[in-house]
Parts: sequence; structure tokens; C-alpha cells
Amino acid sequence: MNHVVCIAYVPDTETKVKIGGDGKSIDETDVKWIVSPYDEYALEEALKTREAKGGTVTVLTFGPARADVGLRECLARGADEAVRIASDGLGETDSLGVAQLLAAALKGMKADAIWMGSKGVGTDAGVMVSMVAELLDLPNVNLVTKVEWKDGAVTLWREVEGGREVVESPLPCVIGAHKGLNEPRYASLKGIMAAKKKVIAVKKPADLGVDPAGITGEKAAVRWTKLELPPARQACKLIPADDPQKAAEELLRLLRDEAKVL
Amino acid sequence: MSNVLVFIEQRDGKIRKASLEALTLGRELAGKSGGTLAAVVAGSGVAGLAAELAPYGAAKVFVADKPELASYSTEGYVAALDAAVAAFSPAILLVSATTVGKDLAPRLAARRKVGVLSDVMGLEVAGGRLVGSRPVYSGKARATVQPAADAALQVATPRPNVFPASRAASPGAAAATALDFKVPAIRAKVVKLEAAEAGELDVAEADKIVSGGRGIKGPENWPILRALCHELGAALGASRAAVDAGWIHHGHQVGQTGKVVSPSLYIACGISGAIQHLAGMGSSKVIVAINKDADAPIFKAATYGVVADLFQIVPAMTEAAKKMKG
Repeated sequence: MNHVVCIAYVPDTETKVKIGGDGKSIDETDVKWIVSPYDEYALEEALKTREAKGGTVTVLTFGPARADVGLRECLARGADEAVRIASDGLGETDSLGVAQLLAAALKGMKADAIWMGSKGVGTDAGVMVSMVAELLDLPNVNLVTKVEWKDGAVTLWREVEGGREVVESPLPCVIGAHKGLNEPRYASLKGIMAAKKKVIAVKKPADLGVDPAGITGEKAAVRWTKLELPPARQACKLIPADDPQKAAEELLRLLRDEAKVL
Repeated sequence: MSNVLVFIEQRDGKIRKASLEALTLGRELAGKSGGTLAAVVAGSGVAGLAAELAPYGAAKVFVADKPELASYSTEGYVAALDAAVAAFSPAILLVSATTVGKDLAPRLAARRKVGVLSDVMGLEVAGGRLVGSRPVYSGKARATVQPAADAALQVATPRPNVFPASRAASPGAAAATALDFKVPAIRAKVVKLEAAEAGELDVAEADKIVSGGRGIKGPENWPILRALCHELGAALGASRAAVDAGWIHHGHQVGQTGKVVSPSLYIACGISGAIQHLAGMGSSKVIVAINKDADAPIFKAATYGVVADLFQIVPAMTEAAKKMKG
């Protein structure tokens, strides 16, 4: 079975966000980049499955040259191959544009399972699983926390409000991995050494038959016109806590009469 | 003039509150631009639900009532939604950003080669074009987003619990039209639903959340928080620290790698307020912080704070809430 894991290389979740000079993107100085945490669950499950059933694991990303560091980390953990669709020099695109690029690359890759995180932790749109599946005319199942393989099919447990749906799907299928699926491994020293020798295949959008002009600038399906820090909250009103009972009563009174949320 | 179509999600024949919020928002957008408000409902045996949408101002209701749609499937429901889009040709489509909505809307958008203003917390229409405001980098920043100027369809998924649902001054006709379309062979099929613990409210759809972190010291102390949840009708949340320690199932986790929530009340008990947690609950309307450490960052995000031992304050709050209810 062949797996392709789509990853996003995003600002570390601990990053303090600063707004860039253009007022519509983040200031990337001092940003530490990481493989998006949900994508790590996707990679881990693909690696585990390969170890049990054979096949290959390829990691795929869309991004600038710095994303090679993320791909190499995935290779160090055990992925066989890595492909980067180069965003260098491209104007700004959006989720649909990225989905089109990933779908174009995936068409030539013969994957039985296409993996990604349930959402990236950067733009947080959470649309990629559905979009890529639609563009490839494949079934998709997102928010997956358990997987069982059958011959040519897979059973997936999907987190929904108030429980888990058990979904059966034929392969190929696009699967969105969620927290709870597994515990991602660390790269071994041997893996790190081996990854250094591997070549990352870099493809331009045109190599995949996608015209960058059709997915960037005015043609981007969604544009960010402004980026701001969230509005500052009012200063916290501290309630004296010498007497817990009085403090509790006062707090509930404020929640009911002042904040009007009870 | 912008005609607006709103997807109405039902579960077991009951319309979800989040969909009524989206319908109310759709009515406002249609009203401002002089357009017509329509809704689409999909499922099996759901034709009767159309009438329930009249008070919210729906002029038309498209109904996809088929046995194959009895349980949600991406492929079946996207076919229904696409048929409604074809029948009504709306300028704007709203789908509430529930688990179903976040799965369905981008699939429809990709089918129509348009984008999605995903998980918006603000949505307006200016000159026929949507302008959305959405949290990005897990709420650490807010982006203003717009669909492409020439978009054939503008799709947005409003975040639940943010836009209030309200009835229209005068009800809509809610004229029902059965959608004529073929449900494709569904590949990814739901075969079973495993319900969470009985009576457990999900943080993603709760209007109030009581959340615990490292300060609760161990899983044996959740009953203290659950008692308050019970009195307030709140869901139980947890910080990453509590989840990673194995004290509770990750379905409860609020934060950047957990659920991003916007309840009207969020009570953080023994949670220090790591940036990763604040990212998940910072957009709550009212935040209460209960923590022994006066320097904990959670107090910077809080509306009300009590610097005290949660083991004293939380039970006292449960008692006070009981008393308040009389």
C-alpha cells in the first residue's frame, strides 16, 4: 500500500504572532517553523501502516525552500520520499489554489491512502481534506482518531459532536488525521543521517499543469485583505477571595447581573 | 441583489441551533442587499422541517428527502447541496461551521471551483461582496477575508455560538420545493455511531464551558468540576496539560491542538493560560479565571478573576449556583 502524506510547514504553535509591514500577513522574522502538529499524526499512521503492511510513504508539501527542513524531518522519521511543490516567486494563493496544486501532484502518485492533518494550525481553515478529495473525485473522512485496514478498504473512526462515527470507505481515500490517533515518533539518529542523503523532488506548478496566474493575486479564490491582532480585552476584574463562599456568590452575581451570561 | 442560500443541518429530525444562527445571518445579508433568503435541508423524512424555517424568514426551502441521506455522508449531502445551488443560483451560500459544515462546505466549494470564508466570526456584505473576519493562527490574529471579485458563488461557514439566532419581524413563506437529483453511489459510509458518555455535552457546541488544567491535580478531581457543569448546564473542557497527562479524553481539549471554542461563558479552573490554550478560547465572550498564581497569564485574558484555590472556590460556586436557581 502506498501512502502520500500532505504536510504544511507552519509557525510553531508557541509563536507570538506579529503583524507584517504589509498589514495582511505575519511578520516572519523570529518565527520558528514546524510541521503542523496534526500532520504529524497523519505521518505516524502512514509509517505504522507501512511497517505492518509494506508499501511506501511519500511526503508532499507546497511551500518555499524553507519547507525542505520540514520534509527532511519527515524523511528522518521514516518517510521514503519527499516532494515539494515550490511556492517560491509565486504570488499569494489560497486554500483552493493549494488544493489544486496538491491534487495535480497526487494524480501522478498512485496513492492508496492520502493523508493530511485535520487542519493546519496556521490559517486554520480546515478545508484541505474535503477540497483535495473533491478535486480527485475520491471519498474523504476527516477528524479520524482510529483506523482499521481491510482488503482494499478502510474503517475509520471520526470525531463528531457528541460521539464517534464509524465510517467505511474503499481505497483510495483522503484521510484527515486528528489528535488521539497515535503518538508521533521522534526521528532516530540513524534516520536523521539517512535523511540528509535523500533528494527532495522539487516541482513547479507549471510542471504539474497548473497555471500559477489562475490561482494567485486577483484570481485567488479567497484573499486576506487585512491581518490584525485580536481586540484587547478589558482589564480583569479581580474578586477578593478571603472568604471562598462570598467570592463564589459575588462571582455568580456578576455573571448574572453584569455580564448577563447566566 | 444577493440571493442567499443557507444549509440547514438536522440530526435525528431536529434542526441544529447553529443552522438557525446561520439562517438569521443569511436573512440579514439578504435584507441588506434586497435578495431572497432560501434554505436547503437534507435527510430522510425531513420534508416537515420546512415549516420550522418560516419564523426565521426563509422564503423558499429546498428539500432533499431521500432514504440514502438518512445519515450524513459527504458525497450524498454535497450532491443535495449542489442541486440546491443549481436550482436557486444564490450569490451567497452559508453553512454553519459545525463538524458537518466544515466537511461539506469546502467539498461543495471545490466542486464549484470557488473558495470558502472558513469559520468566520464576522460577516458582512458590501457592494454585493462578502467581507468576513476570521481567527487565524488559532485566534492569535484576525484576518479580514474576501472572495475573489468574480466568484460565481460566495461561500462562508459562520462559527457556531457567535451570531445569535432570532426570528424575523414577519415570517417567510418557507415554500417547499423537492429537489430533483440523483444521490450518487456513496463510497465513504457511516456504518455506526458511537455516542459519547450519556449526557456529556461537547465543548464545540456548548454555550458555557467549565475547564480544568494541571491545577486540578488528577483525574479523581473532575467530579468537582462536573458538579459545577451540571449546575450551569456547561460542558467540561480541559487544557492540553490535563489531556497529555492522561487525565481525560482529548475530545475535551480546548486550545490550538484541541477544539477552538467561542462560548458565552468560559470558566478556567487551575489553567495557567499557555498561549496555546488562550488561542483556543480567547474569543469567548466572558472568561473567568480561577487560579492560585496571581501572575498566571490566564488573568490577562480574563473578564473576572479569583486568585484562590480552585478546590475551595469551585464547590462554593456550585453551591451558590444551586442557591441562585432556588
